[in-house]
Amino acid sequence: MDMKRHIDRRDFLKTSATAAAAATVAACAPGKVRELLSDDGSRDDSGEMTCRTDPRTGAKVSLLGYGCMRWPMTEEDGKSEIDQEKVNELVDYAIEHGVNYFDTAPVYIQGKSESATAEALSRHPRESYYIATKLSNFSNYTRENSILMYRKSLENLRTDHIDYYLLHAIGNGGIDLYKKRFVDNGMIDFLMKEREEGRIRHLGFSFHGNKETFDYLMEQHEAIHWDFVQIQYNWVDAKHANPTAGYLYDELAKREIPSVIMEPLLGGRLSKVPEHIATRLKEKAPSSSVASWAFRFAGTPEKVLTVLSGMTYMEHLEDNIRTYSPLKPLDDGEIKYLSETSDLLKKYPTVPCNDCKYCMPCPYGLDIPAILLHYNKCVNEGLVSADTSDPAYRKARRAYLIGYNRAVPRERQAERCINCNECVSHCPQKIRIPHELSKINNYIEELKKGL
Amino acid sequence: MLKKIRVSLAFVFFTGLTLLFLDFTGTVSAWLGWMAKAQFLPAILGLNLTAVLIVLALTLLFGRVYCSIICPLGVFQDGVSWLRSRIRKKARFRFRAKRECKPVRYGMLALVIAAFIAGFGSLVALADPYGAFGRIASNFFAPLWQWGNNLLAMAAEHFGSYAFYSREVWFKGLPTFLLAAAWLVLVVVMPWVGGRDYCNSICPVGTVLGMFSRFSLFKVRIDGSACNGCGLCEKQCKSSCIDSKGHKIDYSRCVACMNCIGTCSKGAISFSAQCASGNASKDVCKDASKGAEAPSEDAGCEASKPEGKADDPGRRAFVTSAVLLAGAASASAQEMKLDGGLAEIKKKRSPERKTPVKPAGSHSVRQFGKRCTGCQLCVMECPNNVLRPSSDLKTLMQPEMSFERGYCRTECTKCSEICPAGAIERVSVEEKSSIKVGTAVVDLSLCLAHEEGISCNACASKCPAAAIKRVPKNPDGEKGVMIPVVLEEKCIGCGKCEYVCPARPVSAIHIEGVSVHSEI
Repeated sequence: MDMKRHIDRRDFLKTSATAAAAATVAACAPGKVRELLSDDGSRDDSGEMTCRTDPRTGAKVSLLGYGCMRWPMTEEDGKSEIDQEKVNELVDYAIEHGVNYFDTAPVYIQGKSESATAEALSRHPRESYYIATKLSNFSNYTRENSILMYRKSLENLRTDHIDYYLLHAIGNGGIDLYKKRFVDNGMIDFLMKEREEGRIRHLGFSFHGNKETFDYLMEQHEAIHWDFVQIQYNWVDAKHANPTAGYLYDELAKREIPSVIMEPLLGGRLSKVPEHIATRLKEKAPSSSVASWAFRFAGTPEKVLTVLSGMTYMEHLEDNIRTYSPLKPLDDGEIKYLSETSDLLKKYPTVPCNDCKYCMPCPYGLDIPAILLHYNKCVNEGLVSADTSDPAYRKARRAYLIGYNRAVPRERQAERCINCNECVSHCPQKIRIPHELSKINNYIEELKKGL
Repeated sequence: MLKKIRVSLAFVFFTGLTLLFLDFTGTVSAWLGWMAKAQFLPAILGLNLTAVLIVLALTLLFGRVYCSIICPLGVFQDGVSWLRSRIRKKARFRFRAKRECKPVRYGMLALVIAAFIAGFGSLVALADPYGAFGRIASNFFAPLWQWGNNLLAMAAEHFGSYAFYSREVWFKGLPTFLLAAAWLVLVVVMPWVGGRDYCNSICPVGTVLGMFSRFSLFKVRIDGSACNGCGLCEKQCKSSCIDSKGHKIDYSRCVACMNCIGTCSKGAISFSAQCASGNASKDVCKDASKGAEAPSEDAGCEASKPEGKADDPGRRAFVTSAVLLAGAASASAQEMKLDGGLAEIKKKRSPERKTPVKPAGSHSVRQFGKRCTGCQLCVMECPNNVLRPSSDLKTLMQPEMSFERGYCRTECTKCSEICPAGAIERVSVEEKSSIKVGTAVVDLSLCLAHEEGISCNACASKCPAAAIKRVPKNPDGEKGVMIPVVLEEKCIGCGKCEYVCPARPVSAIHIEGVSVHSEI
């Protein structure tokens, strides 16, 4: 039975390959989209979620995918736990409004994400959603450990098949580490076998690396047949990343590989933009949130299968559903406007931290993302100024220092960094964390001296 | 009138001095630091001649007004005594003339002098009324003030304001706390029963000033011809120093509170240079009698207002603690926003130091021990939570440095600015950065780099004096683990290395004090 389905899929692949020019990714409600294209910007809350069709399996995937890396937390006896009640609420609401793609990983939220996500999803029929998880074999990539991790995911997710399975975060460590993690230990063969047997429905990878690695992976396509690839794509990285997100998307589109988009909002950095940039976006669309620009941007390319968002709060979920129900694609003028805006944004010396917490826990207790985010926040609010003659300096200094102590307990601040470099290899954004922490700490030292 | 002036001034001094101990922003100390400098015993120990001469001159002119106005412990006791008479009207007249208890008074004074000569600084500190008040204020009033402040800070955070910031409230030392508690009991019970008994028996400052006040120019005087012997003045004299029958006053014990003047319905008591003759003194007498015309109720009212305010810390304490209880729930709700995945942090414990580390400006451990009266003002002011009272018997209550909560920042000279006793003499930022108060010592058996091979440059990279270098653990082997070494000549003992060292609970690098500070 499974075998047959697989062959069906292959047949479908062939047909789609011959019809190269045909748009293989289609919205599930194209009529509705067109209808809204002529809209003057007024909201249609009753609209249905835009869906994209998987070119190989025909799976209809909602354009909004749920990233399960940022579930709401609650504090119990001094330990943070996932707030399961809120997770259930969010998942119910999402499914009710057409969201059907849930993306998790064994390492998310200290390893608690898969179970919590499964707990919420188990209250819905298995065929009503697609589940994506990853092979996060970063520290121990023996075959035994990797297979164990895969099986554990099936168990945690309470399922006999995984809809979308990813080789997690290829990039750091380049081609070398890719080979070590997946080729030398025979894992890629193992996973392709699992795909053949239907326990993995789509096999792909998530990418954080350089052009060389990506090109190499694209070369592997013929042998492996990537069913999808997860890339970081947003209105800043489209132009400013290296390689640009635009390049990644085009390479994939060329090969008819659907893109799953991560970091459409850069961990919130594209919604918490400096005031004048927010105003600039509001000028164009007064009633739309700043975040909605990012989601429309990420959803506009047609070969995007789904756009992941780690929505912690109901307001964010509601806003994103509104943006995609249905999607109103950006026109060329709007894309140009965003591109110009991204140039303005790049002038701010923020640290490109997306608060993914892969660097955590720091063995010495530092709260790395909190330190970086506070710095970014202050940069965006114009509170970072080294010029003591600036009349606003004293106020900015007070706001920075007091806000810093509020955001990060003293014991976990940048001055505690011992430069062990443990975190560096974990950062998908390749931030030189100790270097940035030292820079921030030097800045804080200057502020403290500037009594 | 005179009483009104006395009460108003006392109120100003008491509030100012209390605020000095409560405020941690450094604002109050910039304006009112002089109030602490005017304190008698610290001024003597610190060889602050100006302050000593001013106090002595005041005493020779007006008697022991110092005790009634400038001394916070005296004013505090007046507050307690007044409170009792407010609660029970009859208690106002609970005093009787007593004889001076010379053996206790001079015995105490001799003991303090002997302790000072013997270098037993903690005993001198214990006897200092200002120090005692400081310890009470810092141990009992300040935490309440800070908790109240932290509540405001929480509210401010909620509203995105930076008007208030929270301050960590931490327990600085048990022995000092217990002594402060004992003294608090003493200065509540003694005035409750006997008014100024503490000041006229135990307090060495009272005894010394008493020697001078006998000869003061202006004195409270009884005009025997006008007196009808009603004895009211005697019955409400807090110092129990008026013999109403014999029309005599023991000026060594009189604290010039002026209460008796208002009480005398015959206008027989005046505060004057020489009551009988001379125009100027006549005026004074008239003034006094004018004041006496006012009904005694009025005097009570006058007293009630300012002294009520003087008692404010207590009330504020009550209010803040009540608000605190109410706010406890919201406090725990705030903690929720902490992100998950944080490594647990073991609390740091202070290492055992062979020589205590004393702040820059104190020159030597010995000089510091002789001058400091343990008032805790520097402990309260220290913005980096470095200073805390010693638990060692000989230097009990006197501050020393430790670096679990912060380190001594080179640009901060707060303690040297504020110290009223000259135990920490004024140093400039430039001077401070070259004063060696201690030396860093590495304990390799605790060092993470040495023991676990972890690549750590916490101490070396943070040292403001560049006194810590890293060398290979095995000089002969290939490149590998680097361990810290201290260039003793460059180290000033600021404690930053000890503070940032990741080894817990005891840092692998700690500061040993130097007994005599030097310049590098």
